[in-house]
Amino acid sequence: MTALGDLPAWAAFLVAFCVLLGAAVTLIGSIGLLRLSNFYARVHAPTLGATLGMVSILLGSAFYFTMLEGRPVVHEILIAVFVTLTTPVTLMLLARAALYRDRTEGSTEVPASEVVEDLIPPGQERPKERMP
Amino acid sequence: MSGILPYPLLSLALLVLWLLLNQSISAGHVILGSVLAVLASWAMAALRPEKPRIRRPGAALRLTGMVVVDILRSNLAVGRIIVRSREPGVNAGFMTIPLDMRSRQGLAVLSIIITSTPGTIWMNYDAAKGTLLLHVLDLVDETVWIRTIKGRYERLLMEIFE
Repeated sequence: MTALGDLPAWAAFLVAFCVLLGAAVTLIGSIGLLRLSNFYARVHAPTLGATLGMVSILLGSAFYFTMLEGRPVVHEILIAVFVTLTTPVTLMLLARAALYRDRTEGSTEVPASEVVEDLIPPGQERPKERMP
Repeated sequence: MSGILPYPLLSLALLVLWLLLNQSISAGHVILGSVLAVLASWAMAALRPEKPRIRRPGAALRLTGMVVVDILRSNLAVGRIIVRSREPGVNAGFMTIPLDMRSRQGLAVLSIIITSTPGTIWMNYDAAKGTLLLHVLDLVDETVWIRTIKGRYERLLMEIFE
């Protein structure tokens, strides 16, 4: 980031603050991955990097390029939108896979499955048995 | 709106996406982006998804603000647990919440909100009973979480989608 010298000092400080804050939050999330005890608790940790960490780094990026190019650069918002839409889906997939595995193994740590057909979304009929 | 623009909101979002990606609002990009957005919405119509009814933009705006504040607060709360707690995750546990909402779009948005908020994960939705299984990192008082999810999110989502 040698071009950081072209910015006024206050802007450089602001950009550095945003990026460092985002990096610190993401680091705390990664430490959480190490420190938390089981899989379900661990899934919570990376969301720190995917929310506040991501937004803060993107704010720094948007502000830096806006100042440098002298025009509003806001397409970072697309990254925020796509990360916000995709990360939860991945986390849910992981968590549900873990739940499925634990239930199959008969673990007592997780709540037991009561209804087998819980994958069918509301308003939709159960698939009919195919005729032989 | 079933003729040229089957999904006006989708087309608009795609046009904005195109203009942001190209970082330009020149006439050429607006025209090209509009053509692509309309074509994409036709492709979407061919898939015949269930058409969502989205109402009350004011409620949607209020929900967005609420979620942003809650995500910020949960970031601090989860960060504090990870850094300060001697045995982090000791209070973690599963809980069940009965939901009144049946709209599929509403449930999808709720699952994104809950999972992207640090400290809570959407585990399973039981459509037959209308209950939601959650995993919460700091499960000290279940009523707080029930109040947050039912009172804050579900009520607004039902206003928007039902």
